[in-house]
Amino acid sequence: MSARKSPSLMLIGYRLYIAAFFVFLAAPLVAAGTFAFNDSLFPSLPWQGFTLDWFFSATEPKLGMFHDRRLLSGLYYSFVIATCVSALSVFVGTCNAFLFVRHYFPGKNALYVVMILPLVIPGVILGIALLVLASTIANSLEQATGIELSFLRPGIVLVVLGQFSFIVTIASLVIVARLRKFDMAMEEAALNLGASRARVLATVTLPYLRPAMIAAGIVGFLVSFENFNTTLFLVGSEAPLTVIMYDRMVKVGSTPVLNAVSLVLMLGSGVLALVSILVQRDRSPS
Amino acid sequence: MRSQRDIRRLSLFLLLAPFALWIVLLVALPQLGMLFLSLREKIAPRVYEYGFANYVSFAGEPIYWNTLLRTATMSLLVTALALVIGFPVAYYIAKIAGRRSRGALFLLILIPLWVSDLIRAFGWILLLRETGVVSSLLQWSGLVSGGIEFLYTDATVVVGLVYTVILFMIVPLVSTLDGMDEAMIEAGYNLGGNGFTVLRRIIIPYAMPGIVSGCIVTFMLTAGSYLTPILLGGKNSSWFTAQIYDQFITRYNWEAGATFGVLLLAFTSVVVWIGLKLSGQSLSTTVARS
Repeated sequence: MSARKSPSLMLIGYRLYIAAFFVFLAAPLVAAGTFAFNDSLFPSLPWQGFTLDWFFSATEPKLGMFHDRRLLSGLYYSFVIATCVSALSVFVGTCNAFLFVRHYFPGKNALYVVMILPLVIPGVILGIALLVLASTIANSLEQATGIELSFLRPGIVLVVLGQFSFIVTIASLVIVARLRKFDMAMEEAALNLGASRARVLATVTLPYLRPAMIAAGIVGFLVSFENFNTTLFLVGSEAPLTVIMYDRMVKVGSTPVLNAVSLVLMLGSGVLALVSILVQRDRSPS
Repeated sequence: MRSQRDIRRLSLFLLLAPFALWIVLLVALPQLGMLFLSLREKIAPRVYEYGFANYVSFAGEPIYWNTLLRTATMSLLVTALALVIGFPVAYYIAKIAGRRSRGALFLLILIPLWVSDLIRAFGWILLLRETGVVSSLLQWSGLVSGGIEFLYTDATVVVGLVYTVILFMIVPLVSTLDGMDEAMIEAGYNLGGNGFTVLRRIIIPYAMPGIVSGCIVTFMLTAGSYLTPILLGGKNSSWFTAQIYDQFITRYNWEAGATFGVLLLAFTSVVVWIGLKLSGQSLSTTVARS
């Protein structure tokens, strides 16, 4: 910007600011990860030496994360929830993309804004609103007929639906962006060569969309895995990992096992995020 | 030709179905249900009355609306700070960094985006608590004698929130600034503008969609955040979402909880709407692009 007047000094100051910013960005993550290797019962200084106990130890008090049944069950439920949310979001997101890119109907622009709305509704609100609706339906049904629909009570189904309600917006936006760049001439060529509509979809259009669908799936998976605000109100007995970690964190006596989990999650999501970026970058020139 | 049009009709309806199911069942109806519940008052078991009683009791209880006001002002502060801190970083990535380091810096910015709020707050706790890293280092260096508790203050909550949301400010800013032609800045200088004028008259107007989009998402995430204020601010952080949780889960007073929910939603919607109106943008030109 005003780097022009005395370029060297201004630029050095600017670079220092950027460096400081990245230190700020990295500090808590480094702290959360590093203490996983501290051979102490508390995730704090002084450094007591290097250990892998917080990952692999099978005995109390240093129960490692891979032997901690509650953490492992949380990991399992998070995985199940994230897989469902991601698959559902990619499916509905792809439908939305075709709906908004390929079709013309009255009120299309207004509905496109409606599609984006869930992103600007606070996650807590999405959670309680769904909880209220599901419980109201379940209660009135029980009073009227005596039938108990357990999936309308807090539990895995509601968590999936609650997360899906806004993650599908993210998935739709990613897939819409790719479908907009599609060259219609490619479909027309295939049709002229005698292919049926279904065949064109399966062999031309969907393969073109594949990178965006994979990226949307990965992003959806990660967002779901990390979600806490919406999940908090909808969770039943099958608590996902974030809820279990939160419960331990608010108790004072948290051990470095939480750091171990954090490190594994950071590495896992880092790898997945990288894959999603690489998949999207590897696109045919268009 | 007739069958061709029927096919298009059919596919339109097939594609509209999942969209409609999603919006109606998971977004619209739940919000209406919440509004409905907030207008209901329990006067005896299974006896309800409808009216604005919950809102009246909200207005009559200073603790409640003070919390909302506090959440609002702190969210605006966090949004402003995120913009002021994030803008130079975004500008650096988009315009000053070399071609190769640009991609790397952008990736570095994105990495914490994929780390859960929970882990980030946990990291801050480890750094800032009384037995934490910063306090230990200060003691070790001899600057202070006893441990210092940095947690449970408003400043810590603001820092933690800025940290949590700043990436959502930087990413849209980078993508807007990226499209700006360097010649525009050159022209500004050639016409006699100084650094400040160029920033104010050329760069900021150009980046406006990114600024609006970043501010909306940042504000919304802050006002609706739960983890960071609770974990860094402690139980007495008086954050509005904590009140909602309290009413729903601890006191089991769903009517009051729904009232709070409606108020939070109304409040964030109004701020987002004002932001869009003031800048002449719409949701599809801002949030959808980031």
